[in-house]
Amino acid sequence: MSETTIAAISTPIGEGGIGIVRLSGPKAIDIADSIFINIKGRKIKDAPNWSILYGHIKDPDAGRDIDEVLVSVMRGPHSYTGEDVVEISGHGGMLPLRRVLEAAIREGAVLAQPGEFTKRAFLNGRIDLAQAESVMDIISAKTDVALTSSIMQLEGKLSRSIEKIRVVLLDVLTHIEALIDYPEEDVDELSTRDMRQKLADEYDSIEKLLATADTGRIIREGLKTAIIGRPNVGKSSLLNALLKADRAIVTDIPGTTRDIIEDYVNVNGIALNIIDTAGIREAADEIERIGIERTRDTVYRADLVIFVLDGSQPLHQDDRVIASLISSKKAIVVLNKSDLGRIVTEAEVNTVLPDAPVIEMSLKEGYGLDDLEGTITDMVYHGKAIASDEAMITNVRHKEALMSAAEALQRCLFSIDDGMPMDLVSIDLKDAIEALGLISGKTVEDEVVDRIFERFCVGK
Amino acid sequence: MCREVDIYMEFELNTYDVIVVGAGHAGCEAALASARMGCKTLVLAINLDSIAMMACNPSIGGTSKGHLVREIDALGGQMGITTDKTAIQVRMLNTSKGPAVYSLRAQIDKKSYQAVMKQTLEQQDNLDVKQAEVVRLLVGEGAVCGVATHTGAIYRAKAVILTTGVYLNGRVIIGEVSYSSGPNGMFPATHLSQDLLLLGIRLQRFKTGTPARVAGRSIDFSKMALQLGDEPPIPFSFMDDKLDVKQVPCHLTYTNERTHEIIRRNLHRSPLFSGDIKGVGPRYCPSIEDKVVRFADKPSHQIFIEPEGLNTDEMYVQGMSSSLPEDVQIEMLRSIAGLEHVEVMRPAYAIEYDCIDPTQLKLSLEVKHIRGLFTAGQINGSSGYEEAAAQGIMAGINAARMVQGKPPVILDRSQAYIGVLIDDLVTKGTAEPYRMMTSRAEYRLLLRQDNADMRLTPIGYDIGLVSAERYERYLLKKDQVESELERLKSTIIAPDTEVNELLGKLSSQPIKTGVTLYDLLKRPEISYAALAPIDKDRPSGLLQQAIEQVEINVKYEGYIARQMLQIERFKKMEDHKLPDDIDYNAIKGLRIEARQKLDRIRPQSVGQASRISGVSPADISVLLIYLKQHGL
Repeated sequence: MSETTIAAISTPIGEGGIGIVRLSGPKAIDIADSIFINIKGRKIKDAPNWSILYGHIKDPDAGRDIDEVLVSVMRGPHSYTGEDVVEISGHGGMLPLRRVLEAAIREGAVLAQPGEFTKRAFLNGRIDLAQAESVMDIISAKTDVALTSSIMQLEGKLSRSIEKIRVVLLDVLTHIEALIDYPEEDVDELSTRDMRQKLADEYDSIEKLLATADTGRIIREGLKTAIIGRPNVGKSSLLNALLKADRAIVTDIPGTTRDIIEDYVNVNGIALNIIDTAGIREAADEIERIGIERTRDTVYRADLVIFVLDGSQPLHQDDRVIASLISSKKAIVVLNKSDLGRIVTEAEVNTVLPDAPVIEMSLKEGYGLDDLEGTITDMVYHGKAIASDEAMITNVRHKEALMSAAEALQRCLFSIDDGMPMDLVSIDLKDAIEALGLISGKTVEDEVVDRIFERFCVGK
Repeated sequence: MCREVDIYMEFELNTYDVIVVGAGHAGCEAALASARMGCKTLVLAINLDSIAMMACNPSIGGTSKGHLVREIDALGGQMGITTDKTAIQVRMLNTSKGPAVYSLRAQIDKKSYQAVMKQTLEQQDNLDVKQAEVVRLLVGEGAVCGVATHTGAIYRAKAVILTTGVYLNGRVIIGEVSYSSGPNGMFPATHLSQDLLLLGIRLQRFKTGTPARVAGRSIDFSKMALQLGDEPPIPFSFMDDKLDVKQVPCHLTYTNERTHEIIRRNLHRSPLFSGDIKGVGPRYCPSIEDKVVRFADKPSHQIFIEPEGLNTDEMYVQGMSSSLPEDVQIEMLRSIAGLEHVEVMRPAYAIEYDCIDPTQLKLSLEVKHIRGLFTAGQINGSSGYEEAAAQGIMAGINAARMVQGKPPVILDRSQAYIGVLIDDLVTKGTAEPYRMMTSRAEYRLLLRQDNADMRLTPIGYDIGLVSAERYERYLLKKDQVESELERLKSTIIAPDTEVNELLGKLSSQPIKTGVTLYDLLKRPEISYAALAPIDKDRPSGLLQQAIEQVEINVKYEGYIARQMLQIERFKKMEDHKLPDDIDYNAIKGLRIEARQKLDRIRPQSVGQASRISGVSPADISVLLIYLKQHGL
């Protein structure tokens, strides 16, 4: 029986009606209980076998809900794998599913290898070898097909970026090892400062790659965008303008009418997922009252905030409240109604939101919209986010490997700063290289020995 | 029945438990281990004057090799003790790079080393020492049962250990000249290779080399940098508390552009470049011509001049290994500062020899298909005195264990450099003479030279190789380490002026609340010795070796704990044993290459299987599935 508990998204990638995250292993039930909340406080561990509970998955770090789910529990040996299995059925979107999966991993589950549920099923005598092999075949065949997909191309770029980092780290390790194994030969010195600098640079590169995890998601799932502002500043008109036929995303399912999906807007190939469109519509009916709580929540969930101001009126106290809510977000400020005369200036906006681009707009006169679109595109592709032709993390396994590499590198840097000798730095450096090697499938020791003799003239 | 072919009159002499063929560094340790474990043992050498001959550099130890010597010593071996008796300079290398890579190295008086080792063999109970060339192994029903010598003598035995070094079909090459020879002018062994082939053992051909020996009085040492030993010199053996040696210096000089020009001009006369040498040479021991060609932009290379002993003027020219003709050697040596008028006493030479493909061995160093036949040292594709001795002691132990009907002793990669060495050879094989390196040991933070006794002496004691005296020393050290660690953890230092003044002097943060000595010692800037003034109850009479253990264990606790976790994961795979008779060809899911490799190497555990090149993680999954299905 395995000691680890594994987890994976068990439904095909894509926007299905529902999606399942499956956990299997000795801690499956404990882990699920630690992220699952039932309104009546019921625990999965107390639930009878093969029963289903309703509740929410919460993010253990942020303490907020990720998704509304049904959880079913199958205790071993009477389950597919023969181990304790918990299946969490959520809404089909990849994002919530992945958040659920990430939460399970944070609580101690290990991401399942391809075919690992099947392997466990086999190991625990649930299926025979022929069945196991055919499942393995399907899994590997899928991978072959997937190789041609655009996602794999993105991952190819990612692999190359990771390999670049790995090679630099391997060079530092090789240098350390050459100095250790050949103390009396003229191997160039490696100053602590140089070593620290190189490791710190690669640490930054990994952090940058990790930051693209979100951009990778944006390209696949859309940029979550909040349109906020006081009532009657033109939020609804802006949404309508963005929803003009050529930008709207429509359903194209046979047998249904072509309906505009209000939540999605296409801007230069970037899908904007507009949050709380209902709120935008409702707000139009309310007079002089902003729902601060609702705005706060919308802002919290957003990747991008479009803050609409009435440019023809002085800044209102509520505008300042909203500005303070979005100060840590990527935001664009739209000065609408610019045709009515400009009272609010860009400089004034920048005193409250120094980093936000400001766009003058008149929806009535029909200008400013192109500016807004251009700015959004810039922010996603060229601005603070990473450019589209660079590597992006699009998969949890890569993210996991990079995170453990970053942690190991951080330990290296701590060791250096603590004045530890280089051999002790090398321990965590090896860990970092090994973590990156999980993506490229390479091992450390033999490679280091080979490189020592390639790079250094050592030996007697 | 034993296979016996009468070419000439053969006659039966004695019967032994264990016969060791060859008395180099592997043979000496093998013979001593076997005899000390109570087996009636015979060691045979082509020439008894070649016992424990140091055919290359006059030093023992160095990075990772020093670790091996300490491990051999901790198990009850001889190399460390003999080194301590014959050292003429000792240095601890790498002291700034971390406790795990501290490496002890000694310059040795070669002739004394041989004499001391020979006498140790001669005085050992249960051990006979004889001069003979073994020409044939007696093998019957898949088991070895004796050896035949060139004079027709037959010795019967239950186990035979081959430690033939570079003698098997040895061929010396000096430039355009080559001739059949053992090392350093000894006779080669010209019959045994053929016999091994007949027994179905696969051979490979390796090459190694040694630089020239020159006359000390022809060297101008004033043009070279002096290199002295450490004071006080640290002993290798855990049995020795101090060394009483008058140390002699080594000297450092450099090659220059002119040297390199001479080499380049004469490259066509090198057998390595003309293709006359067929054997595979080691990358870590490149000839000077190899260095000049491969690192063409390096303006100079280091040359160390090391004495061969106290009673000789011969000097070893480290860094000038070469197979160029003698006249070129002289010309290039004389281009070097301090060697302008040098007289060569023995020219550098390359030597080719037969060795076996070590993947034919079990981890016990027994040949898989011939029961009772063990091999150790260069015949297994390794290089170096220490690597040879390390395998020798293990082969001696396991031959004796086999004779006594006991299971073999196998050290794994997390227990000893010896384990890494043997696992690498047996599992991966080697395409060049294999040298130990600290980089090969993935758990080196725990495999330190200072704790070799903690790791291995209990094992040596259990198998009857470690003397009572050595075991007592081990117990005392262990006890001191444990009680001192306990005391440090339970002694709380109050934040008074005296304490904070001391901390200030050591550039360490003052304390505001009570802190244990243990936590203070954790601070990188604070040493055990520095805490003495505020450590009022410090016990007297602690061994320096025990203090060293305490200090390392406290200072690097976090790192050690992380490595222990890695070892736990490793052990799980190692402990999953594979049956000897598993039919890999019947496992459908395995890729063909993996099937063939697994079938040939027949790993003893899943862990070992995973280290075979050509066996992928997917293959290991399939293998695990198969094992589970068959309840293995």
